[in-house]
Amino acid sequence: MASIQLDKIGKSFGAIDTIREIDLAIGDGEFVCLLGPSGCGKTTTLRMIAGLEQPTRGSIRIGGRDVTHAQPKDRNVGMVFQDYALYPHMTIADNIAYPLKVRGVAESQRREKTREIADVLHIGELLDRLPAQISGGQQQRTSLARALVHPADAFLFDEPLSNLDARMRVEARAFLYHLQRSRGMTAVYVTHDQAEAMALSTRIAVMCAGDIVQYAPPLEIYRRPATTFVAGFVGDPPMNLIAAQATRSDRGIALRGAGLGMSPLASWPALDRALDHGDRVTVGVRPEHLRIAAGDDASNEMRGKLYANEAMGPESLVTLCLDDGVRVTARLFGDAPVRVDGEVAFSFDAAQITLFDARGMRIAGPGETPST
Amino acid sequence: MNRRTLLSRVVFSVCAALLGAAFALPLIWFVFAPFNAHADLDLAFPAPPTLVNFARVFANGVAVGALLNSLLQAFGTVLLVAATATLAAYALARTPLRGKHVIEYVLLLFSSVVSGSAAMVPIFLIVNALGLIDTQLAVILVFAGGLLPTAMFILRDFIASIPRGYEESALVAGASPWRAFVDVVVPVLRPGVTIAAVWAFVQVWGGFLIPFVLLRSEQRMPASVEIYSFYSQAGTPIVPLLAAYSALYSLPVIALYWYVNRKYGFRFFGGIKS
Repeated sequence: MASIQLDKIGKSFGAIDTIREIDLAIGDGEFVCLLGPSGCGKTTTLRMIAGLEQPTRGSIRIGGRDVTHAQPKDRNVGMVFQDYALYPHMTIADNIAYPLKVRGVAESQRREKTREIADVLHIGELLDRLPAQISGGQQQRTSLARALVHPADAFLFDEPLSNLDARMRVEARAFLYHLQRSRGMTAVYVTHDQAEAMALSTRIAVMCAGDIVQYAPPLEIYRRPATTFVAGFVGDPPMNLIAAQATRSDRGIALRGAGLGMSPLASWPALDRALDHGDRVTVGVRPEHLRIAAGDDASNEMRGKLYANEAMGPESLVTLCLDDGVRVTARLFGDAPVRVDGEVAFSFDAAQITLFDARGMRIAGPGETPST
Repeated sequence: MNRRTLLSRVVFSVCAALLGAAFALPLIWFVFAPFNAHADLDLAFPAPPTLVNFARVFANGVAVGALLNSLLQAFGTVLLVAATATLAAYALARTPLRGKHVIEYVLLLFSSVVSGSAAMVPIFLIVNALGLIDTQLAVILVFAGGLLPTAMFILRDFIASIPRGYEESALVAGASPWRAFVDVVVPVLRPGVTIAAVWAFVQVWGGFLIPFVLLRSEQRMPASVEIYSFYSQAGTPIVPLLAAYSALYSLPVIALYWYVNRKYGFRFFGGIKS
């Protein structure tokens, strides 16, 4: 296993920068997810690590070795493709053994290693079949076996679970987690599914339009999203984002928006520095931090018409529509159905909100020393 | 059913039967005549069926040699075309080359000129300048040059249908680009190459003008040219021998079509998205 370092990596197609300038340091044994919407450059970044795309600028090191211009075969990585890319004319055994075959490993040893990894992945009975004769989940595990059969320096995953149905995806996700943690593999994993990224990663690199917006452990990203983009991308349902305007008074800074009312915020030095009277801000509240307002605790509340009330079993998702049309969802735990109708008010704790300035950048919380 | 529709059906059936017979009769003749010692241009059931025509054809050393020459030229061309067309079509399909479609279409356009009669004089002059007149190599090279663009065109859609992930996963697995091509692309491409090869074989097998112009010695002529030796000096065919020789001449093509149909089934390829 090895570390991976991307240093000022950029990729342009003609005049268009697909990747602007990326710095990414992945430690030995880390599981890093590149998370972002389609077209954000995450797959291109992964393919540059694999050597399937050439960066226009910058350098890539794997295990300290500069591989920026090395051929894929000289990088010693294993890769799982989104469509699995199993060779249709080879048996499952030959597919798995292919990386060993091209490296000139003797046949007996090849067979032994193939059998070993196939048993780990529960596809030992399928070795004589062709890829067309096994199920999607089995194909996925075959492509995983092919990537793992040779001890590579790093493993690259390009949305490996996106072709599986929902139940198998969750199962395969836990399996990947266990596999990576128990083997201490260095893994880079591309996905647009924030749940996968949250579940698997030691760190997530959230990408948007060819840039890494935030690179941090999953819970850090969840609790302190660097921008409104990250806040709106991570979490299911994602963070509620409500536009507001700041009003300064001697009691502190008050935030007001359509259907949003808050008591003035005091002793928040970063906020004090960041905002002037009349500045636009975005208030972010996680759905689980909202509750139905009881009669009189409504110092911080948002009010609007009920839009949807979805009972999910252990929780209910109650969505209301603010005056300006923005929808806010609360995640209310408890199996009893929520009885609301007409106009609804959510209340929340001011300590649990996240504030973003007019450019969408997070303003450091009350207790934090603001980063530069 | 009223009388009008009945009448129209009868007319249609009679016309269809006549039309069918017009196509079927030569084929029926072609099945019977080789086994008829006294075959002429009339359709007649051989009484009794005999192999004497074949015996006389096999006694003619030049005619048998011509069949072997045809095989040599056809297989030589097929090997050359299959190998070069696969490589060229793959390179064209997988490299981001500007205007590659124009290149393909220009090649395709000119290939019909090269293998056609219009370019026969310059081709003769070039082959002559190379000192290759009256060699099998000249025939193979000229045929291959003419067939290559169309073969590339046939293979193009096959290659386009192969996901790049196949090669890419082989590259990441540790294979060189050439190794990935041989291990992964070529096996997947085999049906396409077979179709192109059979097509090329049939083109060479039936080709007349190129060997006729480029070859001199009778012992190098292919069957398509040598078949004219079964005509008398006056230009009338010696029908029983011509029939037997034609039957022998058709066998490889029939066998190839049978083989390909059994293995892959015939579909339309090349420029047509299936």
